[in-house]
Amino acid sequence: MRRFLQSDFFYDFSNTPVAVVSFVVFMVIILAAVFANFIAPNNPFDPASLNLMNGFTPPMQANEFTGEVFLMGTDDQGRDLFSTILYGLRISLFVGIMAVMLAMVMGVTLGLIAGYLGGWLDTLIMRFADIQMTFPSILVAMLIYGVAKGVLPPDLRYEMSIAVLIVSIGLSEWVPFARTVRGSTLVEREKEYITAAKMIGLSKRQIMLLHVLPNVLSPVLVIATITFALAIIAEATLSFLGVGVPTTKPSLGTLIRIGQDFLFSGEWWILLFPALTLLALALSINLFGDWLRDTLNPKLK
Amino acid sequence: MLIIILRRLLQAVMVLLFVALISFLIFRFVGNPVESLLGQEATVAQRAALENALGLNDPIYEQYANFVWRALQFDFGNSYRGALPVAELIALRLPATLELAITSAIFAVIFGVITGIYTAINRGSMMTNFILSTSLVGVSLPTFLIGVLLIWLFSVELNWLPSFGRGEVVDLGWWTTGYLTVSGLKSLILPSITLGLYQMTLIMRLTRAEMLEVLRQDYIRLAVALGQSKRQVYFFHALPNILIPVITITGLQLGSVIAFAIITETVFQWPGVGLLFINAVYFVDIPVMSAYLLLVGFAFVVINLVVDLLYLLIDPRLRDGQLRKEV
Repeated sequence: MRRFLQSDFFYDFSNTPVAVVSFVVFMVIILAAVFANFIAPNNPFDPASLNLMNGFTPPMQANEFTGEVFLMGTDDQGRDLFSTILYGLRISLFVGIMAVMLAMVMGVTLGLIAGYLGGWLDTLIMRFADIQMTFPSILVAMLIYGVAKGVLPPDLRYEMSIAVLIVSIGLSEWVPFARTVRGSTLVEREKEYITAAKMIGLSKRQIMLLHVLPNVLSPVLVIATITFALAIIAEATLSFLGVGVPTTKPSLGTLIRIGQDFLFSGEWWILLFPALTLLALALSINLFGDWLRDTLNPKLK
Repeated sequence: MLIIILRRLLQAVMVLLFVALISFLIFRFVGNPVESLLGQEATVAQRAALENALGLNDPIYEQYANFVWRALQFDFGNSYRGALPVAELIALRLPATLELAITSAIFAVIFGVITGIYTAINRGSMMTNFILSTSLVGVSLPTFLIGVLLIWLFSVELNWLPSFGRGEVVDLGWWTTGYLTVSGLKSLILPSITLGLYQMTLIMRLTRAEMLEVLRQDYIRLAVALGQSKRQVYFFHALPNILIPVITITGLQLGSVIAFAIITETVFQWPGVGLLFINAVYFVDIPVMSAYLLLVGFAFVVINLVVDLLYLLIDPRLRDGQLRKEV
């Protein structure tokens, strides 16, 4: 810990206000989502805790029937918006993290294989990656989502939609991982320690996993951070468009979609607070990711 | 030169065939062509007859070839919902999307270039810093949120502009346009800004970077030394030299404009191809999805091809094939 505090990395971090602020904001959001059941005044998914009379209470004002006060107001069903956002954050973050994990595992594996084994496998994987890259990832995600829904039997579509969403976003974001890992693998492959490993008769799999992999991982962290922001925005976008998580488990995107419906009748808070949360989340990850990239890879500056 | 062009054309065709293969696999195996044509109340015998007639029992590569052949004649089968030919549905909605994309591209280029030049010339001024930091927030905002916020401000609070639809359109027979009516033009403003904002920030940053680069060159210093006015230097010496990369990037971005049009069209209920696609995803309307994939794939490949060929035309170094090998 002490070594970490004295490292260049930490010095640079503590001297970049943008990095510190974005990191703190991000951590606050993460903690708020993790401890949602302790922080949230009520559970929006528990019908017993809801009172329809509380519907459409503006933020920080007493409801005209019940006299209750809500920090961010309530929606049409009297759900406390603050609690709904906290629980929505959980779903957004969960989908984002799982999608990044999937993209990372898939991209790193394929990149490693393409880079180390080369040959026709390399050509096949990278050609496919090239073609996928010509399409924007949000389009790819929508397409995979639609196809997956088509493959699943109709009665499972609803229950599986979170899993389908994770797979769609994950599969649409693997290319940057694969490209980077392949590039560094091509460099590592020619180094002496790999030749040495080959000499002592290690199998290709052992060399790839135990020798090459640890040495190509550092840029992966940066890509993962940026992809995480992209995945969260992708999830929000898909849910907003109605092709994401089911409305019974609203994520931030779904909440914004619901909020838009009430915009015309003057209930602005139902839209504003989820939107601000999403903005804070996306902005903090983006800014932190930018700083991380500049610090870990000064060449890109 | 000819060989390079031919090789690029061949590559483009290969990519298109691959996209067509995916589109075919989706159409053939995810969807159910028989059910889409006959409905659910068909008898087994009817199904078998149709399967034979459609060639579903043929070898798979033959079916693929047939699929490509039919696609070349704009025959993509019938939509599951409404049972209309997909090609007809798309043709009906294409004008709306193209008008939106073109308007937003024009908006993005004009404002992107202007703000880019402004921020490059007035480095470090208050206004420049304001524009640059706003653009950072703008890039982080998801497209749909920009749209919703614009609706809130200009449709709900100020009540200046319509929040959905195309307004009144004029039917020209094969094309419907919103350019000719006041309500059509008013309806175009908010969606175009929503769609173009991201491209605008991109163009702005590129213009700014290129401008800063060009302004450092000797010939600019010479022009200043010769006593030419600032305006002359900026607009007659610097600007023409940054236009090529700006135009290239704008061209390449047209593809993502089409993709993001899906989002914008949903927010504004714009009756274009993107809205058709998102509804197809929602209702699992496979033929529409597969046709849309082909259409977008075609657009992307053509755009990339044209940009590549333009490069060959502009940059003589690429022509002799030397650079290709090194890269």
